[in-house]
Amino acid sequence: MYHTKTLSELSTMLEAGDVTSVQLTEHFLQRIKDYDGEINSFVSVTEEQALNAAAKADAQRKAGNAGPLTGIPFAHKDIFCTQGVKTTCGSKMLDNFISPYDATVVEKMQQAGVVMLGKTNMDEFAMGSSNETSFYGVVKNPWNTKAVPGGSSGGSAASVAARLTPASTGTDTGGSIRQPASFCGITGLKPTYGRVSRYGMIAFASSLDQAGPMAQSAEDCALLLNAMSGFDPRDSTSLEKEVPDYTADLNKPLNGLRIGLPKEYFGEGLSDEINTVIQKAIEEYRALGAEIIDISLPNTHLAVPVYYVVAPAECSSNLSRFDGVRFGHRCEDPKDLEDLYKRSRGEGFGEEVKRRIMVGTYALSAGYYDAYYIKAQQLRRMISDDFTQAFEKVDVIMGPAAPETAFNIGEKTDDPISMYLSDIYTIAVNLAGLPGMSVPAGFSNNMPVGLQIIAKHFDESRLLNVAHQYQQQTDWHTQIPEAFK
Amino acid sequence: MSLGPDDVKSIAHLARLDIDEKNIQGYVSSLSSILGLVEQMNEVDTSNVKPMAHPMDVSQRLRADEVLEENQRDSFQKIAPKTEDGLYLVPQVIE
Repeated sequence: MYHTKTLSELSTMLEAGDVTSVQLTEHFLQRIKDYDGEINSFVSVTEEQALNAAAKADAQRKAGNAGPLTGIPFAHKDIFCTQGVKTTCGSKMLDNFISPYDATVVEKMQQAGVVMLGKTNMDEFAMGSSNETSFYGVVKNPWNTKAVPGGSSGGSAASVAARLTPASTGTDTGGSIRQPASFCGITGLKPTYGRVSRYGMIAFASSLDQAGPMAQSAEDCALLLNAMSGFDPRDSTSLEKEVPDYTADLNKPLNGLRIGLPKEYFGEGLSDEINTVIQKAIEEYRALGAEIIDISLPNTHLAVPVYYVVAPAECSSNLSRFDGVRFGHRCEDPKDLEDLYKRSRGEGFGEEVKRRIMVGTYALSAGYYDAYYIKAQQLRRMISDDFTQAFEKVDVIMGPAAPETAFNIGEKTDDPISMYLSDIYTIAVNLAGLPGMSVPAGFSNNMPVGLQIIAKHFDESRLLNVAHQYQQQTDWHTQIPEAFK
Repeated sequence: MSLGPDDVKSIAHLARLDIDEKNIQGYVSSLSSILGLVEQMNEVDTSNVKPMAHPMDVSQRLRADEVLEENQRDSFQKIAPKTEDGLYLVPQVIE
């Protein structure tokens, strides 16, 4: 059936006239109806709009104006503003927010012709690693519905894993594309900071946030990244850098590729079984002609502490816009302006968001700024320099995407620190602004394991090439959870 | 670094967050443990390191001061909690 095909295969079928966009869209909408009750991966389903867009895409194809993504069903993480459609960011604060404009990513995907099926569930304001902080309820992992899908792009990852959509968007501030991709057994890519526009993507930590594709294969991600990337004058941190064709290098042989294995990513805290899976993947690369080189990223242990200053500080500033005045939740009968602010925010935000706003407020408050924010930015440079030095010796860095497979729902909710540590291998990549991927590499106790691949700034083509060649030799990325076949 | 209930209340006030009295103890312990984690930063001497604000050390682009957006007040105010005559309404601030 259609849902067992990758986006690239569906694209070929549309092109050949073997299926129409309306047929595909109806098929996936029906799957959402049949299966989403079990995993809660969608916050909104936009059925009518989707069918209209699909008919339009079919007409466009008939007229000879179709691109590779024209008519492909698709989902957006509910962090992207979509004009006329509820955009919640997983929060009660925005439960009534119908966005008056489209995010650049949404606009670009629309121009490429994708058909939006709906908006996917996520941790509130993208703050979480398990999708348990969403106002709309926890998302369940299609591989085991007692387990979390990871976060914050948990709805996107789960919906792709369950084949309720061929692909979706995600965002990654500290691992929010790669960790859920790893937990759900899909392929996810976080591009270089500044590659994809942040305009209309609800801000969490502006110096770290980056949007990217979540799909079934590297080839799918390449097609999607082609459409999403590019300079945007409306995002002040968007970088003016030409967009290559990300599919061009997919088939390059990996002969002579230098892969660095940082010893810090294979030490204490990594489960033995995950280590075994990752080592097997490395052997696969050796067989493909790659050279494996031991490297060190000595400041790795500082990434989580640094992140929990930088991200909360930036979030406390970004989330000050939610004040109950111009949009979003407003409390009943405020007695004065301060009461309006305090109760609107107190009622609208969930616990984890409040916790991070408070950490950030404290770190930025008078007398503490140097000790926290400046100190963290200094260490951020040291973490980033580790990568620069490593990339003098290697082309890509590999390791696990997460220290364990998907944990159980409720297992870490009382212990924020242990939750934070589940992003230990992904966070440094955001601090350094590098592109990173998670690629399905096997299973441990019947749960998916992701191989993380990290490349130099703007070297997404290499990442995709390295991932694609692996996916030509293995079939981990084609596995579908039994209950969703 | 450990915080007390009064610290939590004052931070919540600075952040303009109304928090339940019964949750204060929970915040005391979770914020203290996060700050404890963050304290690891102090193990490293950073006195000669330049702070990094942008991963590629790029400074923000400037543009000419031109009006590029159309006025969309009506559509923006449609989603506002309370408006009147094109203005956003809040409780009276000045007597």
